[in-house]
Amino acid sequence: MSIEIRDLHKAFGSKEVLRGFSATARDGETLVILGGSGSGKSVTLKHVVGLLDPDRGEVLVDGDRVDSLGQAELYALRRKVGYVFQFAALFDSLTVAENVGMGLQRMKEYTPADRERRVEECLDLVDLEGFGSRMPAELSGGQRKRAGIARAIATEPDYLLYDEPTTGLDPLTRAVIDRLINRMKEELRVTGIVITHDMESAFRVADRFAMIHEGRQQFEGSPEEIRETRDPVVRAFIEGRPELIEEVG
Amino acid sequence: MIWRAGAALKEVDVWLGLTLRQMTKIGVDSVPIALFIAMFTGIVLALQASYTFTGAIPLYFVGVLVGKTMMLELGPVLTGLALAGRVGANISAELGTMKVTEQIDALETMAYPPVAYLVVPRILAGIIMFPIVTALAIGMGIGAGWLTALQLLDMSTYEFMHGLTLFFLPFDVFFAMIKATSFGFMVTSIGCFYGFQTRGGAEGVGRSTTQAVVISSMVILVLDAFWAVTLL
Repeated sequence: MSIEIRDLHKAFGSKEVLRGFSATARDGETLVILGGSGSGKSVTLKHVVGLLDPDRGEVLVDGDRVDSLGQAELYALRRKVGYVFQFAALFDSLTVAENVGMGLQRMKEYTPADRERRVEECLDLVDLEGFGSRMPAELSGGQRKRAGIARAIATEPDYLLYDEPTTGLDPLTRAVIDRLINRMKEELRVTGIVITHDMESAFRVADRFAMIHEGRQQFEGSPEEIRETRDPVVRAFIEGRPELIEEVG
Repeated sequence: MIWRAGAALKEVDVWLGLTLRQMTKIGVDSVPIALFIAMFTGIVLALQASYTFTGAIPLYFVGVLVGKTMMLELGPVLTGLALAGRVGANISAELGTMKVTEQIDALETMAYPPVAYLVVPRILAGIIMFPIVTALAIGMGIGAGWLTALQLLDMSTYEFMHGLTLFFLPFDVFFAMIKATSFGFMVTSIGCFYGFQTRGGAEGVGRSTTQAVVISSMVILVLDAFWAVTLL
């Protein structure tokens, strides 16, 4: 089980966001994709579930090229992938439990009783037991993120994609979310991709890193390798020192 | 959008239950405003007819004018315009907000076809409920005209009913329902279209909502003329 992103190109009008980005998330690992705001991290993630089609290049999930799948195959693939959105993207008009159970309603193997039980399990797993009857508007930022994770894992996916899971959260809640991401990997054995620019969080969850810069891969390697790299662009990013790039020119 | 909605009709399990919820939201919840507008329209029609006819035309023609005008023109058009504001704006703002907050993307990632889940129930509810709300509005307008004739114009119920039925044709009802159905289809389709086209944040939602209401209102007036030209 793996996700391979190969030579991905994507432009919106005249703006080229991705210019040949490549990265691989291997079986059972969490790949963290780093990059500044507007560098194309979210755009990359949307290609993995076919929300966007590449202009050039390809994304392979379990060896299947995503942009060549028919609608039924694409839906089958999406059932294997849980997606945690940056601002949770919970449905305002549904309760937390209804949000978490939505994906299950599309799966005929779940009876209503099974669905209810699974929703409870998922809410317990993200420490939101007793929150099922609340509306999303009644949750804090951290609780919304956790509800988003519960919704993503409800269908027992093989892959989890996290779009900036800790952005806008206080340090304590960030640590809770990071612990949850690691727990999902260990308990559910899922392969994950986390996109973030939060370095503290990135080092807590990453098995490997890839960095996107000017639409291309700037770096790919282990946490040890990224700590020791001499690449000024990578160092400038992880140390928060823009002068390192300016010095290089 | 309309083509995709047609293709999404096969996803019955997705849209069926949601259509009933939308029928309540689009139809039942719109009844008070539609009846309010129709009531005052009926009152004004009766008074203006009486004012115009004084001395020249028998007063029972008040019933003719109230009935024909409510059925053929003001009932469907005023209800359509009111619902273009209420329903069109609501659909566009709701879907626009869902779009900019990635809720529509979230639907897709959970293997829900967004058009079957969001568009089909709203269009079907519009097609079904606009004629029902319009029929109620026509009834209210005529009822208000009748009470006005009775209380303020010294007419009898017999005189008003005589006028009301004098030139009545079953086709008038058909004509009103055809108009209302087409308005329902267009208002909901336009609301969905602009909702899905929304870009940016709150400003984008506001822009989509305004466009949906303005375009829906214009389309209603164009369709009104179209049906008059083709069916009358």
